Amino acid sequence: MLKSIDVLMVGVGGQGTILASRVLAQAAQAAGYDIKVSEIHGMAQRGGSVVTQVRLGEKVYSPLIVKGGADVLLAFEKLEALRLLSYLKKDGVLIVNDQAIDPVPVLVGAAEYPPDIPEYLCTTVPGTLVFDATEIAGRCGTAKAANVVLLGAMARRLPIERAIWEKALAERVPAKLLEVNQAAFAAGYELG
Amino acid sequence: MKELLSGNAAIARGAYEFGVTVAAAYPGTPSTEILENLVLYPGVYAEWAPNEKVAMEVGIGASLGGARALVAMKHVGVNVAADPLMTFSYTGVNAGFVLVSTDDPGMHSSQNEQDNRHYARFAKMPLLEPSDSQEAKDMVGLALDLSERFDTPVMLRTTTRVSHSQSLVEIQEPQPRKLKNYLKDIKKNLMLPTYARPRRVALEKSLTGLKEYSEESPVNRIEWRDRSLGVITSGISYQYVRDVLPNASVLKLGFTNPLPEQLIRSFAAGVQKLIVVEELEPFIEEQVRAMGLALAAEGFIPYTGELDPGILAAALINAGIITSREGIAQNGYNLEEAPPVPARPPVLCPGCSHRGVFYALRRLKLNVSGDIGCYTLGGLPPLEAMDSNICMGASIGVAHGIGKANPALDARTVAVIGDSTFLHSGITGLLDVVYNKGHATVIILDNRTTAMTGHQHHPGTGRTLAGEQAPAVNMEALVRVLGVNRVRVIDPLNLAETEAAIAEELAASEPSVIIADKPCALLTKATRPAVRVQAEKCTGCRICTRIGCPAISIKDKRALVDAAVCTGCNLCLQVCREGALVKGEEKHA
Repeated sequence: MLKSIDVLMVGVGGQGTILASRVLAQAAQAAGYDIKVSEIHGMAQRGGSVVTQVRLGEKVYSPLIVKGGADVLLAFEKLEALRLLSYLKKDGVLIVNDQAIDPVPVLVGAAEYPPDIPEYLCTTVPGTLVFDATEIAGRCGTAKAANVVLLGAMARRLPIERAIWEKALAERVPAKLLEVNQAAFAAGYELG
Repeated sequence: MKELLSGNAAIARGAYEFGVTVAAAYPGTPSTEILENLVLYPGVYAEWAPNEKVAMEVGIGASLGGARALVAMKHVGVNVAADPLMTFSYTGVNAGFVLVSTDDPGMHSSQNEQDNRHYARFAKMPLLEPSDSQEAKDMVGLALDLSERFDTPVMLRTTTRVSHSQSLVEIQEPQPRKLKNYLKDIKKNLMLPTYARPRRVALEKSLTGLKEYSEESPVNRIEWRDRSLGVITSGISYQYVRDVLPNASVLKLGFTNPLPEQLIRSFAAGVQKLIVVEELEPFIEEQVRAMGLALAAEGFIPYTGELDPGILAAALINAGIITSREGIAQNGYNLEEAPPVPARPPVLCPGCSHRGVFYALRRLKLNVSGDIGCYTLGGLPPLEAMDSNICMGASIGVAHGIGKANPALDARTVAVIGDSTFLHSGITGLLDVVYNKGHATVIILDNRTTAMTGHQHHPGTGRTLAGEQAPAVNMEALVRVLGVNRVRVIDPLNLAETEAAIAEELAASEPSVIIADKPCALLTKATRPAVRVQAEKCTGCRICTRIGCPAISIKDKRALVDAAVCTGCNLCLQVCREGALVKGEEKHA
């Protein structure tokens, strides 16, 4: 019996959450899971929040994860981690990119970006993994691969073999960018 | 072989596998990807029509011409297409015809959340409701078969969660299929009263046949489990029911117009308690009640917004159907102490050509009737330069009406409409202004694409859906030929020119059109050097933040331009009164 796993990926338009969710889905399919992926297009393209929901299991019904039901919350931006935290199950896994992208109300001074998000998250959710994926990706060749660094960090914590992940990555990433993305995935995977 | 496909991609795959060779649509979330996927298959002709009514008419023609046809649109698109649809159900088809309506409960990207199942009933046509991608694909085939068997157009109705969620789909190769012969049959297809009256009778007869079919349809099935609770459900709601009430018996309806009355009665007789679970309108529930069947709870699910397993569980608890959220998790964190989270609203992109127009409209304090597209975001803070927004193409008629109601308002009222929207249904509005001697000032925000839905082509872009070159309409000439004498083209990122043009056209006592001509910033990849801030000149007045540009912020009471985001459109320079913002320097090789 395959354990059912609900993954919520959250970020800001343009951060590569969609690609990351595609790689996860592909790896899960190869590992024999039934899958449902849900994403919202449209307004999200104009700088809004992006939320992708991936559900894995023997048989998956609803494409939507309930509040308090996510096994993993993978946040590409820390404010979005905070926004969607109510979806994470107690004892769920929280992985956060320590990157801030100011929303327009913050840019124009109408709202404040909370100063201490990582501290709050780490106190509230024991075992939270916070790191600067953008910086790590930069060292691998391009800051744009931050999504794959995060994916690597999550992959380590899911019951799918590393070789299956790597094959899924190779199938989803364009050939000329594969080497950089493989390095980014490995860097994330080895974060522990 | 199984592939992970969105509901929309699965519908396209189904159309390909089941022999659709002609398809038409106007892009609209959440329907857009159906044709974008379908056009990629060999042997399929797929086009963007200027609006849904035209798409519908092309599909009708294809069916008459002997080809299986698919027409796709978002829920509000069916309002536009309703005119031909209502009569098409009288004539019926030659080759199979399926109308895909993608509804948007929760209004993720829409101006209302109408439940288009009512359209199927209204038009007296069969209705299919898939609950995942596999069903979406299979039901395209079923719809086409039913269309030919019962001589009727068929509606395939999805919701955002079916269209935009992905699940595994069995992929098959298409079967070879021949075109049908064109049928010359005026008694069937020429709807003037003497021929239409017998068709009206034939339609009722066809509905009787469809009702019989509904009773035996494989997509209407009973899943017996614990008989203490029975749930009648359809579409995506089925999936939520399976999560929240894993042990309940379920009557899963895939074919929902006309409903299978006998099947519903026998299901009801087999359970102790009966309820209906559906999203948006009580479409099934009201008909079940009209059958005289007793429901254990009525109207207990909210009629507004998108349903999800959490909302369903709460509703079931409230109605006393269940006592706890047994089937689903409820084990979250208590976040009462969490810091406040600022909103992240969608904004006009950096370098967006609409920004200058909205800034000017705001400065001039005008009444602005708006329309559907990216530029509707000009109505949100900080620009807030739009007063109304009803439906595709409404801006011009609304501005005209305001002027007719109170001529004093004419000189302070403008309509703003995008290029794709103008070609969709703005042309007739403008024609009305000219004909009825209005004075409306219309700004066509011409960014040469259908930007909101992801840059689809239209009759003004010079390309088809398939990417082939096509004649591009000359917007200025088109407007002139409608009878508008005052037409001018401006650069919307030149604020002085934009303001002067708007002021002059408002003063004119005849219809006028300003074409704000600049391609979408996401289409033109070449950006100019980023704007620089001369910190010593910046007084921290924040005027530059009023244009709502994601590249500009205030740090330590000084303007800050993010060079990685700035496209060098230089609009902010024109707003700054201190000269603190300057053009970036061109790099010379």
